[in-house]
Amino acid sequence: MTAQTVQQGDLVTVIGLEVHVQLETNTKIFCSCPTEPADEPNENVCPVCLGLPGALPVLNEAAVEAAVKVGKAIDADIPEETRFHRKNYYYPDLPKNFQITQYDEPICADGELEISVEGERRTVAIERAHLEEDPGSLQHVGGGIDTADYTLVDYNRAGVPLMEIVTAPDFRSPSEVRAFLADLEEVLEYLGVFDAGRDGSLRVDANLSIIPAEETNGDGTIDEEALAAANRTEVKNISSHKGAEKALAYEETRQKNAIQRGRAVEQETRHWDESRGITVSMRSKEEEKDYRYFEEADLPPLRVSDWKEEIAIPELPTARRERFQVEYDLSEEAASKLTSTKQVADFYEDVASEFDPDLAATWVADELLGELNYRDMEITDVEDRLGEVNRLVELVATDEITAKNAREAVLRGMLDDGDEPDTIVEREGLGKTGEDEVQQAVVEAIDENPDAVADYHAGEGGAINFLVGQVMQKTGGSADPGDVNQLLRAELEE
Amino acid sequence: MSENIFITEAEIAGDAEGPLAGKTVAVKDNISTDGVRTTCGSRMLEEYVPPYDATVVSRVKDAGATIVGKANMDEFGMGTTTETSYFGPTDNPAAPGHVPGGSSGGSAAAVAAGEADLALGSDTGGSVRCPAAFCGVVGIKPTYGLVSRYGLVAYANSLEQIGPFAPTVEEAAELLDVIAGSDERDATTRTEGDDSNYAAAADGDVDGLSIGVPTELLEGADEGVVETFWDAIARLEDQGATTHEVSLPSVEHAVEAYYVIAMSEASSNLARFDGVRYGHSGGYDGNWNETFGRAREEGFGDEVKRRILLGTYALSAGYHDKYYKKAQDARAWVKQDFDEALSEADVLASPTMPVPPFELGESLDDPLQMYLADANTVPVNLADLPAISVPAGEADGLPVGLQLVGPAFGEKRLIRAGSALA
Repeated sequence: MTAQTVQQGDLVTVIGLEVHVQLETNTKIFCSCPTEPADEPNENVCPVCLGLPGALPVLNEAAVEAAVKVGKAIDADIPEETRFHRKNYYYPDLPKNFQITQYDEPICADGELEISVEGERRTVAIERAHLEEDPGSLQHVGGGIDTADYTLVDYNRAGVPLMEIVTAPDFRSPSEVRAFLADLEEVLEYLGVFDAGRDGSLRVDANLSIIPAEETNGDGTIDEEALAAANRTEVKNISSHKGAEKALAYEETRQKNAIQRGRAVEQETRHWDESRGITVSMRSKEEEKDYRYFEEADLPPLRVSDWKEEIAIPELPTARRERFQVEYDLSEEAASKLTSTKQVADFYEDVASEFDPDLAATWVADELLGELNYRDMEITDVEDRLGEVNRLVELVATDEITAKNAREAVLRGMLDDGDEPDTIVEREGLGKTGEDEVQQAVVEAIDENPDAVADYHAGEGGAINFLVGQVMQKTGGSADPGDVNQLLRAELEE
Repeated sequence: MSENIFITEAEIAGDAEGPLAGKTVAVKDNISTDGVRTTCGSRMLEEYVPPYDATVVSRVKDAGATIVGKANMDEFGMGTTTETSYFGPTDNPAAPGHVPGGSSGGSAAAVAAGEADLALGSDTGGSVRCPAAFCGVVGIKPTYGLVSRYGLVAYANSLEQIGPFAPTVEEAAELLDVIAGSDERDATTRTEGDDSNYAAAADGDVDGLSIGVPTELLEGADEGVVETFWDAIARLEDQGATTHEVSLPSVEHAVEAYYVIAMSEASSNLARFDGVRYGHSGGYDGNWNETFGRAREEGFGDEVKRRILLGTYALSAGYHDKYYKKAQDARAWVKQDFDEALSEADVLASPTMPVPPFELGESLDDPLQMYLADANTVPVNLADLPAISVPAGEADGLPVGLQLVGPAFGEKRLIRAGSALA
């Protein structure tokens, strides 16, 4: 008994991922049905994605292009030609009762992704990434999967292009997984092949096992035998970064507790129940399916050897972040904020090309993103208003309005009412008051307040502030208080 | 009419004008017709009505033909006699009391009986050529990729092609001209058949044609069939063709390889018939796995179940390499043998079927005997090549077909040679 008891500190968590991401294409992977969400179930369907007898798949090359972009971004090997296989299993959401996927010739093999975990750089090996079709979706009515009165099937999603990205068992903690997923999404969004905001666009299956620390090698790597010896659980139904961290933290604790109590961890598939915050057993691995993979003869092998050269990908987030720090002399924090999405980075570079990069950074990273965030808006909501934002920064840069008015009146008016900066400035009379007008106000203030003037000459410091206030009032707040102060002193000293 | 040629009689009018204007066409009941049920000869699809036309159906209609019915067939194309049809056997109009061959028996019988001028069938391992031979008509199995399979309910998708039947080679070629050519809905189609004019090649000119006769395809053939075959060859030689023996050593493994591949693909292709979206469901409640099983138990006949089970087995972990992969290796070998034989001859000739038509009911009990009857036709599907079956004459009053095999996309050559006989 005691010999089997192991201290928690002696255990190492090992996690590998299968990440399913929806590739952004206009049409499905094997037919011309739209991938946009439909209003009604079974609306975006045709003989092909319904698997009607006699219908044949035709490969949407846009999905392959997207996959090649991913392959380039993760520095994967892209084969001379890629082909498809059938994965055979019966399930009501699967129209043909087989899924067209890739088997021994995936479009991407042996890649890697550099991630940042709590400020440290780590490289995660990506064993493969392949294309496949999404099945439909099931809606259980009157209960859960095992208690429902009946189940409805919606094939709108059937045939939506997915990429399954399989990592090596390189993660040692749930927080690393979360960091990886965030960085992966960022890269995919930069490539323009992924939309994190789309429902169901990210789905994660995670394999987690706990092994004794003494079975790890000095450098933290783990031999395959040690990994194979430990029972692992596959956790399914994870659909967010946060969910992944929570589900795996739960599973890590559950397994460690079992081991500490001398119980064996069962090799099984578990379902992450987001609402209850626990994983529940789905089926034991003994029933592991035989998918009877074989070649899909309806889709001839596609030559992609030239595609890697022909298809360009944009600068990726890490590289762009580093360049921003050097080229625009930005802090790491600012560079990070300004490269959080490709759209923000593009937006910033447009503004920075016109004005002082530092001023541009303040206005894009702090003011604009802050106000957008406050309104639950995205940079994409103002993408077509780049010219207006440029004008706003110009107004500040040329001292035509104060920073305070630019932020509080102009920017907020732009976002709340959709008005143009110049319209707001004119309507609110925010233009900095001309020098003559200020000068006149200064003279007036001095004339109208002889007591304050006397106090000033008597050396009372507060008097000048009172007079500045008077001038500001007269100019409707549009004068620069510093300038007013100077003008007053000059006038009073004459 | 007593022959039970059609599962569903219909009148689907085509365009007023076109190369097939005024012609009637019978369509095998595994080729989808919009609004007209397409049963595949199975209880499973007894009430299935497709919402779309197969590409060949659109092309035939555009060419002016009228479709007169959906022809009987072995269930899902699995058979050599049309007797595995859920809708009962078809009698052979050219040899009453005998089977019309299969699996496209209804299509061949429709042409032989004059119920249709032309017909469409599908050929996975001989399913156009066998019934053409048994019914005394012409049937063409095109090169894989010449004709779109879009809308053809798949049995073994890497092997099959839709092909025409007609009383003469020239008429069969006219129908082939209409259906051949690339289709954006079938990624395996090629452009070789675009703007074809096969009918023009039906001039019967065999002067100087070099005919290779694979000795392996005569071994084990019925004596009367072999005799009729040589008589037909003699007629070609009289018109200037020359004949020599060639060898296809791999064909002794072709039947085994063919059935492993065809059944493996069938086990996957027929998986979609679970009663959820269309087809026979049995109306059962409860665990979906069990209801799928019951729907399939009721909807499929014995031969279909046999092939699904064997195909599932051949693809299973631990057996995949022993059966499926080995069969693929054999397929590559067969292709290579044909390439070599066709480098020594313009066309290869053999009896289409090693036997004359069976009597109705004769072969149903012995599936292995039935599979072996495909010995001369299945190697051609394994090699993706074109072939034609033309009437060679009769043996004991029963029709005998002569098969000509050509190089990939060598349909013109086959039509020219075949038209010297019919």
